[in-house]
Amino acid sequence: MTAEAQIGLEQNDKAGGFNPEVVAGEKIALEVENLNLFYGEKQALHNINLQIPDKKVTAFIGPSGCGKSTLLRCFNRMNDLVDIARVEGAIRLNGSNMYAPGVNVADLRRNVGMVFQKPNPFPKSIYENVAYGLRLQGINKRSLLDEVVEWALKGAALWDEVKDRLNDNALGMSGGQQQRLVIARAIAVQPEVLLLDEPASALDPISTLKIEELIHELKNDYTIVIVTHNMQQAARVSDYTAFMYMGDMVEFDKTDTIFTNPGQKKTEDYITGRYG
Amino acid sequence: MLDKSQFTQHISRQFNEDLENVRQKVLAMGGLVEDQITKSLQALENLDGDLSKEVIETDKKVNSHEVTIDEECTRILAKRQPAAGDLRLVVAIIKTITDLERVGDEAEKIARMASHIGLSMDNVMPSKKHFSAVMHLGEHVKSMLHEALDAFARMDVELALQVAQRETTADKEYNAIARHLITYMMEDPRSISSVLDVMWSARALERIGDHARNICEYVIYLVQGKDVRHLSLEEMEVMTHADNADK
Repeated sequence: MTAEAQIGLEQNDKAGGFNPEVVAGEKIALEVENLNLFYGEKQALHNINLQIPDKKVTAFIGPSGCGKSTLLRCFNRMNDLVDIARVEGAIRLNGSNMYAPGVNVADLRRNVGMVFQKPNPFPKSIYENVAYGLRLQGINKRSLLDEVVEWALKGAALWDEVKDRLNDNALGMSGGQQQRLVIARAIAVQPEVLLLDEPASALDPISTLKIEELIHELKNDYTIVIVTHNMQQAARVSDYTAFMYMGDMVEFDKTDTIFTNPGQKKTEDYITGRYG
Repeated sequence: MLDKSQFTQHISRQFNEDLENVRQKVLAMGGLVEDQITKSLQALENLDGDLSKEVIETDKKVNSHEVTIDEECTRILAKRQPAAGDLRLVVAIIKTITDLERVGDEAEKIARMASHIGLSMDNVMPSKKHFSAVMHLGEHVKSMLHEALDAFARMDVELALQVAQRETTADKEYNAIARHLITYMMEDPRSISSVLDVMWSARALERIGDHARNICEYVIYLVQGKDVRHLSLEEMEVMTHADNADK
């Protein structure tokens, strides 16, 4: 390139990280404050500050190892299960810190459901998979369970496909159906927040579109946080997007802005495929 | 700060080539269109029927450039799903070539006027003075288009702004020409037919100035992601120089 090329695409000079103005006017569901996370000696998240709007879809994007799944797992304290993980800072769900002493983690996870990359139905019937969370809560009344199972399966856009075989083993379903079943299982306990960790990356394009369509419908009732490697998926399904890189939150903005005119060069490089 | 070399830094080399390729094609189309203006002005000045024909014939080439580049852009959108600066480049190109094609049409119009005036020699001809005013306007908008394309090639916002500001001069020159020609027609109604042709040519040139300004607006969109269409020149300048944080 010639010297003329010095004049070029300008990047906004605004500081990276989280700017509360972006979510001005939104009700905030999750608030992350000065969050640091260490795996042993290694720091995986650096002083993350973030507000996740209520009943909106927020996507985390970034290269492998940038900390987006780690951050997602902080939202229902899944990192508690990792022995060497240590968390500093606070995450507030509707104002109360989920890392405060004495918080009941089982209750928290009922409020913050999670769906993983690989569908993980239990080796039980379709019906029992969805009813599982309720049975854990001691609800065994058949009529109530029937009602919730139907409602959850409808909510997960699966009801029409399985209503005649609710007693079949869930493992006999297709991958896309299994993933929607797992989402039905997650919403059956009526959480406030749904965490989706690469929910469609193991699915074929049609199943992926069904999941995306489902996410679009679910956001009427739930706050959704999704981690995805598929940037076009993030662009399609989310209202807000956070770009993470090496444990830092580089940029958080409306998805439309991130994908048309991002403020940070790193974000631009990543979403346009310039990261080597 | 990003520069245009940005379009050659994708992980996918094929994508680099696609974008660079389509960018080059736009510049080639721009060159052809500039050439068309030059020739149509020459044809008008010398009432050269052969040159007029050539310009009219070459406009088909301009049109086919537009179609090819459009197809290329559609293919890139479908296959690469460009984002951010890449997306803005493709969008800016799609819009730029529409304007370029229209500039081509204006040049063709001028060529048609030239051959028309040439054919109706029995009419009273417009004076040399009028031709030279039209030529002056022609040179002005031709250099506007040239620099607009330059701003596009170098992704130069400041140059784009300067060119956009020169559109006012083109408008003023056009108005002055129109006033003169109207007076002339009133004085000698026999001249109306040929003078109207000159008037339409001036009008075509003024439109070319408008298209050049449009291209400058796309350059600013491409580089800064700001939409400066339908703004006054002052607003445009303020917005372009505004702190990017409060876009």
